[in-house]
Amino acid sequence: MNKNSSGFTFLFSSIMVVVVATLLATAAIVLGPYQAKNIRLEKMQNILASIGIKSEAKEVEKIFAQYSKEELILDNKGVPLTEKISAFDIDLKKELDKARTGNADKQLFPLFVFDKDGKLYYIIPVRGKGLWGPIWGYIALEEDLNTVYGASFGHKGETPGLGAEIETDEFQKQFKGKKIFDDTGNFVSVHLIKGGAAPEDPHGVDAVSGGTITSTGVNEMLMRTIKTYLPYFKSIGNSVNKDSSGKDSTGK
Amino acid sequence: MSTETTIAPIKVREPREPLFSTRNKKLINDPLNNSNPITVQVLGICSALAVTVQMKPSIVMALSVMVVTAFSNLVISAIRNIIPDRIRIIVQLTIVAALVILVDQVLKAFVYDVSKQLSVFVGLIITNCIVMGRLEAFAMGNKPWPSFLDGIGNGLGYGLILVLVSAVREFFGSGKLMGFQLVPDAFYKMGYFNNGFVILPPMALILVGIIIWIQRSRNPKLIEPN
Repeated sequence: MNKNSSGFTFLFSSIMVVVVATLLATAAIVLGPYQAKNIRLEKMQNILASIGIKSEAKEVEKIFAQYSKEELILDNKGVPLTEKISAFDIDLKKELDKARTGNADKQLFPLFVFDKDGKLYYIIPVRGKGLWGPIWGYIALEEDLNTVYGASFGHKGETPGLGAEIETDEFQKQFKGKKIFDDTGNFVSVHLIKGGAAPEDPHGVDAVSGGTITSTGVNEMLMRTIKTYLPYFKSIGNSVNKDSSGKDSTGK
Repeated sequence: MSTETTIAPIKVREPREPLFSTRNKKLINDPLNNSNPITVQVLGICSALAVTVQMKPSIVMALSVMVVTAFSNLVISAIRNIIPDRIRIIVQLTIVAALVILVDQVLKAFVYDVSKQLSVFVGLIITNCIVMGRLEAFAMGNKPWPSFLDGIGNGLGYGLILVLVSAVREFFGSGKLMGFQLVPDAFYKMGYFNNGFVILPPMALILVGIIIWIQRSRNPKLIEPN
């Protein structure tokens, strides 16, 4: 058979494509569970990082279990659900997508309560849009549900050296000690301020130079996601808003 | 292909080349030195700049490239006589892409942190000129075993430069090698600073330049007449 005939070329490419596709599909199925486990461990590492615990992938499961006190699931009105679903396994991406498809009332929001050195920390997962793709992170609040104890951020493909700087310790360290409520108890979130935040600003951190769109994305992500947890924080009652003059803590 | 193997035991037994004949050894040795893919053929520079900040990712990257060049050479060489000429490049690209995806999946499953550091660069092995270059220049015209060795050799040659560059960059840039701190804390207390410049990509280019300079001054045959 002439190997340069159209028939053979067609046959050759068809067989090649089937062989290659089978090979890759097999590999994806065989390796899938290992990859899923890595992603799970990384999520644990990121959550722990928000309360300042650095961990290796080998031991993260143990450390996570040791500090984890409670995992809660809230609906989109901030009411905790009693159903037994693992909060850890909730995919925030899918939950946020529900809002777009008109299923906002079915959204679930996980909240992790951690106990470190006898103090409780409330860890809120956040997710939003950067310049090139999704950005996400975890914000840990102290027991007063106002002071940020720590934050960790991740991204899919922000520009290295610019937007990707949100992943660095230097950037994340800035969040420690910031407040999400102003003096009168209004929710103001923490903002990334272009050109640098004033050192005494309790709500501002330095934005990323050259990463304006990523910074805006972080602002939006924090504002939107933390807001959904406010009714719950109000209901457990030890938030600073109880000291305020009864203003709506959602800042509307 | 099958004819080769059936005839071989009867007639060609005696003149048959040993697996590691001088010619075959040359296939591995040459790319390490006189036909190094990076310093002599000047291919694969992009990834050499990008992944050489630390040694560990460089080694993983070098191994990945070696696996891809070796096995794509092997596969292409094995089917070289039945590849239709008109879709030759497409076939090569498909094989390379499939191998790269496999490598990427394996890295994601077993060395997740390294695969995150390498990020897009594993995927970009597909466009690494070394791979396609060796397929066109060698595998399309040689038997599978020499082609495989040629792939290993070129992967090693690429890896050698990567490891050299990354060793210098990690040592001067972060005072470590393979993640172990080598510069004692006492030095830092005395006012020693890690050189931040070495971390930046241009320094990798300068280092590659220095390696090319040293190599050509030792072997003037490599200097092109102008």
